[in-house]
Amino acid sequence: MTRQSLDIKGIGKAFGGDDVLKGIDISVRAGEFISLVGMSGCGKSTLLRIIAGLERPDRGQIMIGDTDVTGMDPSDRNLAMVFQSYALYPHMTVRDNIATPLRMRKLSLSARMPLVGRFAASADALKDIDTNVVKAAETLQIAHLLDRKPAQLSGGQRQRVALARALVRSPAAFLMDEPLSNLDAKLRAHMRDELANLHRRLGATFVYVTHDQVEAMTMSNRIALMSEGRIEQLGTPSDLYQRPANLTVARFIGSPAINLIPVEIATNGAIGAYGRDLGIAAARSHAGQVATLGIRAEDLVPAARGLQVQVERIEMHGADRFVHASLVADASHQVTMRLAASEALPSGDDGILTLGFRADRTHLFAADGQRMAEPSRRELVA
Amino acid sequence: MSRLRSFLPHLVLAAGAFVVLLPFYWMFLTSIRSPAEIFDVSLWPIPKDFSAGENFERAARQVPMARFMLNGAIVCFGILAVQILTAVPAAYALAKLKFPGRKLLLTLVIAALCVPMQALALPLFVGLARAELLNTYFAMMAPFFLSVFAIFLFHQSFRSYPDEIIEAARMDGFSEMEICWGLVLRGSLPSLAAFSVFSLVAHWNDLYWPMIVVTDINLAPPPLGMLFFADVESGANYGALMAGAALITAPMLVCFLLARRHFIAGITMTGVK
Repeated sequence: MTRQSLDIKGIGKAFGGDDVLKGIDISVRAGEFISLVGMSGCGKSTLLRIIAGLERPDRGQIMIGDTDVTGMDPSDRNLAMVFQSYALYPHMTVRDNIATPLRMRKLSLSARMPLVGRFAASADALKDIDTNVVKAAETLQIAHLLDRKPAQLSGGQRQRVALARALVRSPAAFLMDEPLSNLDAKLRAHMRDELANLHRRLGATFVYVTHDQVEAMTMSNRIALMSEGRIEQLGTPSDLYQRPANLTVARFIGSPAINLIPVEIATNGAIGAYGRDLGIAAARSHAGQVATLGIRAEDLVPAARGLQVQVERIEMHGADRFVHASLVADASHQVTMRLAASEALPSGDDGILTLGFRADRTHLFAADGQRMAEPSRRELVA
Repeated sequence: MSRLRSFLPHLVLAAGAFVVLLPFYWMFLTSIRSPAEIFDVSLWPIPKDFSAGENFERAARQVPMARFMLNGAIVCFGILAVQILTAVPAAYALAKLKFPGRKLLLTLVIAALCVPMQALALPLFVGLARAELLNTYFAMMAPFFLSVFAIFLFHQSFRSYPDEIIEAARMDGFSEMEICWGLVLRGSLPSLAAFSVFSLVAHWNDLYWPMIVVTDINLAPPPLGMLFFADVESGANYGALMAGAALITAPMLVCFLLARRHFIAGITMTGVK
């Protein structure tokens, strides 16, 4: 496997006056699994298509290894792409589908012609192709399907054929455009495992586009979270989860979604919500600002003092329970708490519960959405 | 009441089919009747005096029927081949490639659909006459080489071909021509069948244009040949005339029956009626 690094430098692209990409820089190391995630319309698919060569950037550069491929045709870049719809050739058998990338590169035009081609191609070349096809099919456990047509396969099987077709050409990098989104939930989880395994076994460079943060979190070495044509944060999954750079990242990563509470910072740095002191403090320099406090569902715990909430609904997830509640101070504001199923819920008869949290597990965001210095714990002023 | 409701559409359709099929039936009936019975209005299929052999033999012997058929085949397949060769790449470009002026070109194609052949007949005739190409196969074929109807029909059907497969092909190294002919047209075989039937039938049955550019009986396609035949016989033998007509209709009928399934799929898929 000829794995290569991939450098994306200052890529910009506009469609009809609409800036879809506003200067993207990502440096993908050889053998790295990197995910581009974001809402639909954030530019992640366009970026992938630009890497593939299916779309020309208005500015910037794409480097594969040490080669500048910005002006090259897609087929000259030695990249393999797996599409959302799998994009198998419908009239070809699975064997021919997988063999096509090799045929296109190793056989001359005359040897690719139907009928006559059989005589123009050298027997060695054909045998070599067939060996590679069978090997790729075995890697993905579809060797028994080689003589079927794509229409006769299930979604999961088509997915494997598309992967085998990408694999067979030993590409410099794999590009994947939401490859799992057409599968049902169970199969998706299974294929996620398999993709991660495949990446580990091949040690190849993967660029994976998805709108599903779970896929990105579970498989990637690093994640680039995109929004409105920009990279909001580029880091490891735990970076993005534990230290979100801004509100967009905090909202996008994590399930259930992070709890966000509007707060005010007093002149002494004390943080309060709805007129109540929360027992944490921001840096003095932030005094007087309005901000947003983010707390993950698992970081909320029943406590003696803190936020008062009204429990509305409890969702059982087996090992965990999600407690959905609304703030007593503002009933329209929802919060979610994650509790182990074994943990008791000490709410009163009226369903009112007091939630506390650790200062070092909270995230503070300024009015412009950017992360502020972490709050510190302080004694409550009565 | 509900029985009637389920029968009614069939009844209406049957009446329609009867009206459409009657002339053909009449043609066939006349071709097997003796001269004495020709003007009989009965629809009874068995004539008193069965003269099919005589009529068909006359039609085949007195005029070079095989020659007419061959001319028809040369002209029809010549036209069809060039139409497909030009229309498929044009339709692919209009349906799947991005380039400035695409919308305008497509509008022009649709506008050109509205121009009747007859409007162009005079300039075409003068042009061909100046080039001294009258009385050639080329003169019969040339005006139909570029078919906007074909471009439109293929455009409608190519448009629904998945873009991702085309992109996968580009990444695999297919040239645009290979994508166009090997993948996209391959996925639109019903439209190809539908268009082939439309084109073959239209040009096989065309009398207007051959009559303008061809006076040599050796170049006449079947309908023009039949006209010469009628002249020669000066209306004397309708039985033989209808036998000739039955003979030249048969290939088209066979052609349609062979492509019937694809033809219907082709026109329902592309929304062309």
